[in-house]
Amino acid sequence: MDPIYLDNNATTRVFPEVVQEMLPFFTEQFGNASSIHAFGEEVGSAMRTARRAVQALIGAEHDHEIIFTSGGTESNNAAIRSALAANPARNELITSAVEHPAILSLADWLEKHEGVVVHRIPVDGKGRLDIDAYRAALGPKTALVSFMWANNETGTIFPVDGLADLAHDAGALFHTDAVQAAGKVPIDLKSTEIDMLSLSSHKLHGPKGLGALYLRKGTRFRPLLRGGHQERGRRGGTENAPAIIGLGKAAEMTLATMAQDLPRIEALRNRLENGIVQKVGHCFITGDTRDRLPNTSTIAFEYIEGEAILMLLNKQGIAASSGSACTSGSLEPSHVLRAMDIPFTAAHGAIRFSLSRETTEAEIDRVIDAVPAIIDQLRDMSPFWSTEGGVAAFNPEYA
Amino acid sequence: MWEYSEKVKDHFFNPRNAGAMEDANAVGEVGSLSCGDALKLMLKVNPETDIIEDAKFQTFGCGSAIASSSALTELVIGKTIDEARALTNQDIAEFLDGLPPEKMHCSVMGQEALTAAVAAWKGEELEEDDHEEGALICKCFAVDAGMIERAIRTNKLTTLEMVTFYTKAGGGCSSCREPLEELLSDVNAAMVAEGVIAAADAFVFGAAPVAPPPQKKTTGFVIPDMPPDPPATAAPEPIAIQPIRVKPATAAKLPPAPAPETATSPKGLSLAQETIAIARIIEEMRPIFQADGGDVILMDVDGNKVSVEMTGACAGCQIASLTLGGLRKRIRDELERDFIVVPAPKN
Repeated sequence: MDPIYLDNNATTRVFPEVVQEMLPFFTEQFGNASSIHAFGEEVGSAMRTARRAVQALIGAEHDHEIIFTSGGTESNNAAIRSALAANPARNELITSAVEHPAILSLADWLEKHEGVVVHRIPVDGKGRLDIDAYRAALGPKTALVSFMWANNETGTIFPVDGLADLAHDAGALFHTDAVQAAGKVPIDLKSTEIDMLSLSSHKLHGPKGLGALYLRKGTRFRPLLRGGHQERGRRGGTENAPAIIGLGKAAEMTLATMAQDLPRIEALRNRLENGIVQKVGHCFITGDTRDRLPNTSTIAFEYIEGEAILMLLNKQGIAASSGSACTSGSLEPSHVLRAMDIPFTAAHGAIRFSLSRETTEAEIDRVIDAVPAIIDQLRDMSPFWSTEGGVAAFNPEYA
Repeated sequence: MWEYSEKVKDHFFNPRNAGAMEDANAVGEVGSLSCGDALKLMLKVNPETDIIEDAKFQTFGCGSAIASSSALTELVIGKTIDEARALTNQDIAEFLDGLPPEKMHCSVMGQEALTAAVAAWKGEELEEDDHEEGALICKCFAVDAGMIERAIRTNKLTTLEMVTFYTKAGGGCSSCREPLEELLSDVNAAMVAEGVIAAADAFVFGAAPVAPPPQKKTTGFVIPDMPPDPPATAAPEPIAIQPIRVKPATAAKLPPAPAPETATSPKGLSLAQETIAIARIIEEMRPIFQADGGDVILMDVDGNKVSVEMTGACAGCQIASLTLGGLRKRIRDELERDFIVVPAPKN
């Protein structure tokens, strides 16, 4: 039985066309784009095409607003550190409680070691931002606001457009981590006030180890990596040309079929959710079902634990992921689900299915068929579950 | 994914003796939903011979928790109660051809459930049962000193990290690191005196550098090792307002004081007046926390940040996430400006 990959928010398969596009740049057109000879020239020209493809994907006004980086994490680090360094009179950072660790662990560090005041805006039970708390946190000391465009675990979308306007009203810069959003929602930066945006190549069928930072023309910038004059002096280091060209191709392909792909992916995701929720009791969909990435579904199954579900799914060739503590090596469940106050009865059993444009209806139907038996099997073993469908009496010695 | 042995996989995919037992005459239950794993061990003991004739388990938890439970039942069936009592978590782990270090707490959970079941059979009170003052070390995962000491002794643990891997203690908010270090140090010292471990291996309280607690990994990002914290220059003074209990400032643990904000109260209150109001609100809300077996203590008010220390059952997780929001709303409504309420000290 062919394996079914529903973990596309973790990473995606590189499109074969992308690999084909990249290959000549390893062994034939291997030059350094900074060189003056023909070898360098060919690479420089291919990179320009790639830059324009990324520009088109996110609706940037100018191609030089795109800076290639080593990935989403570097883009996030560069954006946050630049905004703080470029505005020495302001030392406050506003972000949310549900950001990716690429933002949160940096924020923790800055707070602890570099005197930055960090505001972590909470979310409600559906993962929606507390806008009143955000307004209240904004002030004359705010250097940067950084909110993710879409959440990696639940898919919940933040209204970044309006959030950016509020930041500008307070004289602060606005950055968005769009690693999950790029390619999954239409993005048109030139019609927004967003100053900086991070994206990652491997989340949209490009190669790993490459990302991009959008930097609006005129935005003050301090490089994270100082070195040569690459990327107009904004990111030192010889460009990863094959990967850049791969990202360009992936962006071009994603944009070309986005209008047809997104509704189809969303319909498959809804089919999956309806199929599972109808067949399995005591489970619910997390996140804001009215404003969510079309490919993401996190379903919380009560009274069982996520790693056990994943292992049984994996045995049937189905790859998904979990916000459960046990899979990550941490002992507590996902910070996103905890910020949403998802009860512990369910947070440990939350499973994320993330689709791609390669997902088929037959695959979704196979998952719908497989899940109920897996859940039943684990619930039969759970001391919190009784066959009457209720919760068994449980009096542990150490609880 | 974890590298589980074939035996762990076998016992997870084909668990032995899973399910409820109607006629069990000795039952041991450990863990809870909030802590992420729980095990109910049911034994059928022959009163004539004291032999465990049958064993069943029900487990809520990950793959290795289920495998450890299955292994436990296989190990105890056919043994006398006294033979079973001699089993350790190491026996469970060895039966499964080993567990990843981070998963050793699953074997400890099995051993604890067995201890509870044996005690139930013998009609003994568990000494750990009463959670006397100071007995409960890790509030996040409800781990007490007795269990930690057993894990340290059985497995010859000498680092804080391994104590967390085996017992989960310290794996949540990490506010129990200090008592945990003291306990590890004391037990290790006793073990050195008994000749069980070498003096050079023993953990010594206060001996620098102390290994940092295991970093939380949330979505698979590995957080690199960080250099030691610079000494805090000025720790925020705890605010002494009766009848709030104020904990002594743990200077080394609190983050350096951020530049105080010029808080502007819409009600025209000074920061001190606001602090008093916050203290009163927390005092009013304490019965709610106490009803859940917990407590909340005001630690600091700084600008718009209210730091509170959470204690009680599962402090770092359940109560904190469920009720800090409510506390924040009360404060916000009363003082007419936004505050954030954070559990402290984190790290």
